[in-house]
Amino acid sequence: MSNFLMLPILLPMFIGTLLIFFAKKHKLQRVIAGTAAIAQLGVAIYLGYIVYVDASQIITLEVGDWSAPFGIVLVADMLATMMVLLSSIVGVVCLFFAFKTIHSEREKFYFYPFYFFLLTGVNGAFLTGDLFNLFVFFEVMLIASYVLIVHGGTGYQLRESFKYVVMNMVASAFFLVGLALLYATTGTLNMADLAERVQVMGQEGILNVIAIVFLFVFGAKGALFPLYFWLPKSYYGPPAAISALFGGLLTKVGIYAIIRMFTLIFIHNTGFTHTIILALAGATMFFGVLGAVSQFDFKRILSYHIISQVGYMVMGLGIYTQLALAGAIYYIAHHIIVKSALFLFAGATEKITGTTDLKKMGGLLKTHPWVGWLFFISAMSLAGIPPLSGFFSKFALILSAIQEQSYVIVTVALVVGILTLFSMMKIFMYAFWGEPTIPVEKVNRKEMFSLLRPIIPLVALTVCLGFFAEPVFQYSLGVADQILDPANYVNAVLGSK
Amino acid sequence: MEILIVVLIGILFSVATYLILTKSLFRVVLGTVLISHGAHLLILTMGGLGVGSAPLLGEEASSYTDPLPQALILTAIVISFGMTALLLVMTYRTYKVHQTDDLDKLRGRSDE
Repeated sequence: MSNFLMLPILLPMFIGTLLIFFAKKHKLQRVIAGTAAIAQLGVAIYLGYIVYVDASQIITLEVGDWSAPFGIVLVADMLATMMVLLSSIVGVVCLFFAFKTIHSEREKFYFYPFYFFLLTGVNGAFLTGDLFNLFVFFEVMLIASYVLIVHGGTGYQLRESFKYVVMNMVASAFFLVGLALLYATTGTLNMADLAERVQVMGQEGILNVIAIVFLFVFGAKGALFPLYFWLPKSYYGPPAAISALFGGLLTKVGIYAIIRMFTLIFIHNTGFTHTIILALAGATMFFGVLGAVSQFDFKRILSYHIISQVGYMVMGLGIYTQLALAGAIYYIAHHIIVKSALFLFAGATEKITGTTDLKKMGGLLKTHPWVGWLFFISAMSLAGIPPLSGFFSKFALILSAIQEQSYVIVTVALVVGILTLFSMMKIFMYAFWGEPTIPVEKVNRKEMFSLLRPIIPLVALTVCLGFFAEPVFQYSLGVADQILDPANYVNAVLGSK
Repeated sequence: MEILIVVLIGILFSVATYLILTKSLFRVVLGTVLISHGAHLLILTMGGLGVGSAPLLGEEASSYTDPLPQALILTAIVISFGMTALLLVMTYRTYKVHQTDDLDKLRGRSDE
């Protein structure tokens, strides 16, 4: 019982509302937004800490004192607090990058309020313990994301975002369909209560159908094969700070929801559901990386990589052992950090060269060595070169797949790893090698460092996640342990009765 | 009663699917409106229809209407209303910028 649990949701909501009133004063807006984002990071760290030291490692809050299966509950277990922490880190970093790169016209038109509303929705989706509430927070997040993705209103953005919005609205309608069917079958929408009732009823017939409806819904939001087609083009449109926030966070909310649903509620027919998930994971990885290999644009390659890496996370869930889930959780942490960093690098090179087309760049290593080498570290981390963080998470996933003797997925994962390395090297060769397109004398070192300042913490974090893999992996194993046993969750939410 | 509503939901969903698959921007918007109406009606139907009594009054009430689905669709209607408003504005802007509402012409070039 802790009211503190509300703070990661209330703080950004309050700040977002406050910022509406100062829309035209962008200095003041920046001060408020920056302070609030750092405060939020502090809150997230503290929340993660108190959940970690708590005896059961799950803290619940019954909103308005309505007891658990009837009212709305907020639940912070280790997975949720880890995700809140990651979203806050990305939130701070992208915000500070936005200060440097967002056009002041965009700033005046309510960029910061919607930024914070997005974080409200994301944190809410992580912390809620009620399915309908999850829907509401998804919509809060999505409506803010619709606004941010068309923000600026260029022709390209309008055209591609329309498809993004329609896709998500259809998925949301099916979310409601799933909720309706689930409510009719079980009579509850509280996740802990659902876990209990599905166990009693046995997961057969209609409950399998509902599981697949939810897989479709969250798969569409998390860009699983074959529902990923909207992602690469729509993420290309907005400025890099927004792309980085979306690339880091938005699809991961869908993946988080899949992991939550399929480790807590729909776990009694794993032969059916988790096999489908594993097959989808393989196809997602493979087709995503093929898209990345075919592209010649910095941001587009990164957008396609989101798809292929979502596959790795879902692969951990599909294998469904402790090691695999720990690998998936480690991968989520690694991915959110590295992917945001890479998108910010795309933004930095765009700011420097004025384009994201790789064929028009070149020689940045000579003119901007720091950008080049820091990008190299993040790219190697993404491709999974030891001792960086990408390696350990992929290693755990592949090891567990070998233990479970699913050799097809092992092959796919390894091939995808090589193709990832290939496409990251393509970016490095085209953008950073060769003859400089900008004369060396014209380089403004001060500007370069001001662009890099927000990115450096992310690169440092991915290096730390790699070098301190042991404690991080212990933590992931702890999270995996906790979500593999739904009784923990159910007791924490319903046990107090 | 339930059967009738379920058939209606089916009609709504099929019309919505047809509209979403058409080429005109505005029809796609109408399609998303109809699909969310279908989903809302589904929630209401799944809670049970036509009991004709008040929402739960005391623990000994012999018959009652489940108030939860109505609370749920109220929230869902408000959300879909907001989304539709936003989408209509986006449609209008897209039409103004691109001078067309034909989705075929809004596909973009392959080299982009």
